[in-house]
Amino acid sequence: MRSSTSEGNYLAPGVSHSVKIVVLGPFAVGKTTFVGAVSEIRPTSTEERMTKAGEIVDTLRGLSDKNTTTVALDFGRLTLTDDIVLYMFGGPGQPRFDYMIDELMQGALGGVVLVDTARITESWDAMGRMEEADLPYVVAVNTFAASPRYSESELRKALDLHPSTPLVECDVREKSSAKSPLIALVSHLLSRPSLEPAS
Amino acid sequence: MTPRGRRRAGMVRPYTPTGGRAAPTRRTLDLATLLIADPDKPLHGLDAHSRRLMQHCLPGVLSLAEVSADLQLPAAVTKVLVSSLVDSSHLVSRDPVPAAQQHDRQLLERIRDALINL
Repeated sequence: MRSSTSEGNYLAPGVSHSVKIVVLGPFAVGKTTFVGAVSEIRPTSTEERMTKAGEIVDTLRGLSDKNTTTVALDFGRLTLTDDIVLYMFGGPGQPRFDYMIDELMQGALGGVVLVDTARITESWDAMGRMEEADLPYVVAVNTFAASPRYSESELRKALDLHPSTPLVECDVREKSSAKSPLIALVSHLLSRPSLEPAS
Repeated sequence: MTPRGRRRAGMVRPYTPTGGRAAPTRRTLDLATLLIADPDKPLHGLDAHSRRLMQHCLPGVLSLAEVSADLQLPAAVTKVLVSSLVDSSHLVSRDPVPAAQQHDRQLLERIRDALINL
């Protein structure tokens, strides 16, 4: 009896370690697209058409193309080596799902906060969540065509970013570009003084 | 008959597939926990959902998140089922590399290099 709904998505034999990265950011910033661009499997999400009820809560002003939203976690997978696999989880952006984010951040390697330069302040919540959880993170500016461009120093100031927190620009639709926040995150982890081997 | 995979999630109460169990027996299960099924363990005696989960896991390694999505079961329900299957040794679980080990420089370097070379 066939009991699965998808075939052939099993990990390579030998993969024995998983690491987890959490992707946060405001509503419609591109979390699902980011996860999908980097993932080796079809990103598994439960995107459903936003209902009338959700319209009251989820602001669509200025986001005319957005007619679906993530109502559950979506995730992607990336096999890195013979034995290590990376899972990326895009957290629901709406504050009413905060309880899911807390669980998601536990045990994570680190986080990526996505920023749309047209709505910079909307990413403050996500940054705050990472800091509360004491989770190392990088800020990735999604280079939306229509959004204004700022210099790095202007962005750092607007985001009130800690000097050690990496800031990268990327196009979340392109794999080669979307992996840059992930590289920045791991490099950031490697640069932390706390990384010295515990005696 | 409803084609498999077309079954709508949420059509049964969550306590139905879990056999009334409300919480997993172990707390460490994560969405990124890897699940490895023991092919030598008999499946008889398992409830339908647990058996279906085992059959999905037997061909290869998957994370709990993937199992949950593939079987269209809520993550919380999947955790309860997986937890019991780990208790009965049907499944071996490998939790994501814990925070305490993340200052393992060698591991991080391997992750970084793999990302760069991707």
